[in-house]
Amino acid sequence: MSKPKVATASLAGCFGCHMSVLDIDERILKLIELVDFDKSPVDDIKEFTGRCAVGLIEGGCANEENVRVLQDFRRHCDVLISVGDCATMGGIPAMRNNIPLKECLDEAYLNGPTVYNPSGIIPNDKEIPLCLDKVYPCHEVVKIDYHMPGCPPSADTIWQTLVALLTNKPVDLPYELIKYD
Amino acid sequence: MSDQITFTIDGVEVKGKPGQTILEAADAAGIYIPRLCFMKDLIPHGSCRVCTVFINGRPQAACTQPITEGAIVENDTAELKEHRKNIIDMLFVEGNHFCMFCEKSGNCELQAMAYRLGISAPKYPYLFPKRDVDATHPDILIDRNRCILCGRCVEASRDVDKKTIFEFVGRGADKKVAVNANADLKDTDFKATDKAADVCPVGCIIKKRVGFAIPVGQRKYDTKPIGSDIEAGKK
Amino acid sequence: MSVNLTSAIKEICKFCGNDRTRMMDIVRAVQQQFGQVSDEAMNYIAKCVNCHRVEVESVVSFYVFLSKKQKGGVVIRLCNDVVDKMSGSEVVAEAFEKELGIKFGQTTPDGKITLEYAPCIGMCDQSPAALFNDEIITYLSTDKVKEVVADIKKHYDPSKLKHRLGDGHNADELVHSCVHNNIRNKGRVIFAEFKPEAGLKNALAMSSVEVINEVKNARLRGRGGAGFPTGMKWQFTRGAAGEKKYIICNADEGEPGTFKDRVLLTERADMLFEGMTIGGYAIGADEGILYLRGEYAYLRKFLEKVLADRRSRNLLGKDILGKKGFNFDVRIQMGAGAYICGEETSLISSCEGLRGDPKTRPPFPAQKGYLGKPTSVNNVETLCCVPRVLEMGAAWFVEVGSAGSPSTKLLSVSGDCKQPGVYEIPFGVKVSELLKMVGAEDAQALLIGGPSGQIVGSADFQRTICYDDLATGGAVVVFGPERDMVAVAADYMEFFVEESCGYCTPCRAGNVLLKKYLDKILTGCGEPEDLDILQKLGESVKITSRCGLGQTSPNPVLTTLKNFRKSYETKVKKTTNGMQPTFDIRKAVKGAETIAKRDSVIFVK
Repeated sequence: MSKPKVATASLAGCFGCHMSVLDIDERILKLIELVDFDKSPVDDIKEFTGRCAVGLIEGGCANEENVRVLQDFRRHCDVLISVGDCATMGGIPAMRNNIPLKECLDEAYLNGPTVYNPSGIIPNDKEIPLCLDKVYPCHEVVKIDYHMPGCPPSADTIWQTLVALLTNKPVDLPYELIKYD
Repeated sequence: MSDQITFTIDGVEVKGKPGQTILEAADAAGIYIPRLCFMKDLIPHGSCRVCTVFINGRPQAACTQPITEGAIVENDTAELKEHRKNIIDMLFVEGNHFCMFCEKSGNCELQAMAYRLGISAPKYPYLFPKRDVDATHPDILIDRNRCILCGRCVEASRDVDKKTIFEFVGRGADKKVAVNANADLKDTDFKATDKAADVCPVGCIIKKRVGFAIPVGQRKYDTKPIGSDIEAGKK
Repeated sequence: MSVNLTSAIKEICKFCGNDRTRMMDIVRAVQQQFGQVSDEAMNYIAKCVNCHRVEVESVVSFYVFLSKKQKGGVVIRLCNDVVDKMSGSEVVAEAFEKELGIKFGQTTPDGKITLEYAPCIGMCDQSPAALFNDEIITYLSTDKVKEVVADIKKHYDPSKLKHRLGDGHNADELVHSCVHNNIRNKGRVIFAEFKPEAGLKNALAMSSVEVINEVKNARLRGRGGAGFPTGMKWQFTRGAAGEKKYIICNADEGEPGTFKDRVLLTERADMLFEGMTIGGYAIGADEGILYLRGEYAYLRKFLEKVLADRRSRNLLGKDILGKKGFNFDVRIQMGAGAYICGEETSLISSCEGLRGDPKTRPPFPAQKGYLGKPTSVNNVETLCCVPRVLEMGAAWFVEVGSAGSPSTKLLSVSGDCKQPGVYEIPFGVKVSELLKMVGAEDAQALLIGGPSGQIVGSADFQRTICYDDLATGGAVVVFGPERDMVAVAADYMEFFVEESCGYCTPCRAGNVLLKKYLDKILTGCGEPEDLDILQKLGESVKITSRCGLGQTSPNPVLTTLKNFRKSYETKVKKTTNGMQPTFDIRKAVKGAETIAKRDSVIFVK
């Protein structure tokens, strides 16, 4: 019997949550016994090869590419999990949510105190995904089955959640593992 | 008149003194009633509503309701836990609570209450309101993104410090804590040694240059849920 | 600081005895004179009355008729209540914007006229209506907006606006208003002929305890909605410790769809003040306060004159009607636009010159009310019943009505009916009978008791209007078969969002969220589970809120969920593709597309 597959992605995040996945240390060997990785930066598979049991999403949706990836994950994964505060509530990128996009771009590329931009051009290549009006928590774009808070969630949190899901047990985290920082 | 009042909380007999509130009597008996805005030595504000209990079937705030002989109080029930979770969810989405970089994280009562109630993420949509930050004061920072309008700073400044640096302005969702100046906190006579500088349950009024002083793992609520100290006194 | 401003404020504060508790009068006067209460003004007021500046700001920022920002000399406030919308206020709103060349919330470039919305101003039976400062203009249409805007631009003085005069005292030179009473049904208690001062004379011939007993025997209950027994309230207040006591009349009629107190204030002012005087005698108060909602300021001069007449006739003042030692007088306290001040402890806060936040109970007002003294707060209609109880006797009073709810009740009826207006009906009337009376036999739904009451459908039309069945403070709004009851619920939730004082979490944030979920459903993005969330959220707000506002504000949602479930169910649908129906990629990238001057290539239009 083939092993269930797991896919992961980092949207508007810092890859910290992915680092935390690696923080499960030697348990990663056990994880490999339990699952295969599909689309993920861990194995650098760029597009889904088939249906996945679990999708782990780090980061919220700050641009259209994030939305495309997230929707793709929703289509391919049985269970989709928001991993970390950015996926859950937008995180630090969402600090821009009550500032108009134009002001954010101007601050970042023209007016900010550390900006050096003699051309005065705001990058606008057609390859650059368009920013959204605000940073959306993942569950405001697609249906999310579980939220794993934390910045990042600890390796234990990720491990216990994954193991519970893969062994059909309820995800019931103890007090020490629900943390928002 | 007897100087002792007997009533029950979730079937457990509790004795208290006349004039005590349900919350005070419960604390003395080692029974924790979840609460946020309440703070010992300040007039109970009764605004967060987390301490709502049923007294003889009627919902009341335990922090403002005096004890009465024979009262039947329900506290730790599935229904009340749901209401409390809903209130905490409301507080999280009506403000901007970025726990990941907040100096108060780990010592924050709002966050701790969410942990205690087992909330992994609020169920309501985030409102991402525009709130202002006042960093003008040399020693104190006000970040209203984190304010839960508990009234502690207002009361402490008015009743303890006798200064009335803070007062609520606006109403409804626009209600906020204002300072006694045309514009900023620096224009008031607020001092870092004021009682009001030490009462904020969240990271709204915080002292500058303290930062993340306590390592993760050793902070107040890292391992023990909020209310554990009260429950440790259970008779 | 301008000399003009300081000297004016100095004078205003002096006139109010430099008394901090008269803050409402002070800031209202400053607002009226300068069109704002500026930072400078707040600083100077604080100095005059010896309080903190931020305390002045806390008051100014609470009431919608007060503002820190400069407003025009004329402020037009168009009522955007549900009933006004049903009678076309949205078209009227467009007409105002067109004629004035500004949007709502703006002031004309010359600084002379500000255009705003106001929640229910108590004119539902003659809607759409608007306030021009204190003046009221009713039955607005696009043509009438043209006329009235042209008129006001000639003189910028609302008191000079040309309009027809209403009936009764509305035509009195001190009222000079186009408002109509629309009294449709006169009952035996309030609108019947009565002998002025007979009740007061009888009362003064009795001991105050006997007066309270008579009111108790009449089983008079509060007519504002809560239905607390008046005699008992008076007994508690009388029995509370302390020499000084107060009686306050709650004329802050703000429940959307209610306007019967406005008619009483216009046509039964003497009866009301007689009731207050009897109440003062009963509880041992020598001071009464009439808390008049800001929207009814046009009645103030008239009411002041009624009070002055009563003073000259020794019906107020010292040793009233020769009764040695019984001194009593009434002052009018103006509100400034806050629905919450209809809640009795908020009203007391407002009278004390504070934000209209409700107070923590206990202590109750009967123990510690206005300025910490025992206080009885009674509704206008309740107090109007009192002289009749004392004139005719408790036995007469209870002859009509139902067993648990004796006597009559005033209903303010508006909405989809042929005969909107005020009806005095005996308690116990069936809803179906009422509908026939008002010309609304095809009604789909009825709002009873205002949005904080309940919205019922035809299944409940055989029920009766009384304290024990369908209780009401008096607001009855009829909804015809075409109305979308989910949209109605959403409109009422918007009202509560605007009017929540913000003190407690569930009411401040919960109402905003309830409205958000309703909007989600109304825009076609709702899913079946949203109905469950609405229900649970509504219950949490109801159970955990601190005062009556939050404890009843979810009612438009909860009662329509119950009685008009189909209307919700047809609007929601289950999504099966895992996407969130609320997420709109087009809207989300629109700003960036505009800034970058290119279209999304990932999500092609």
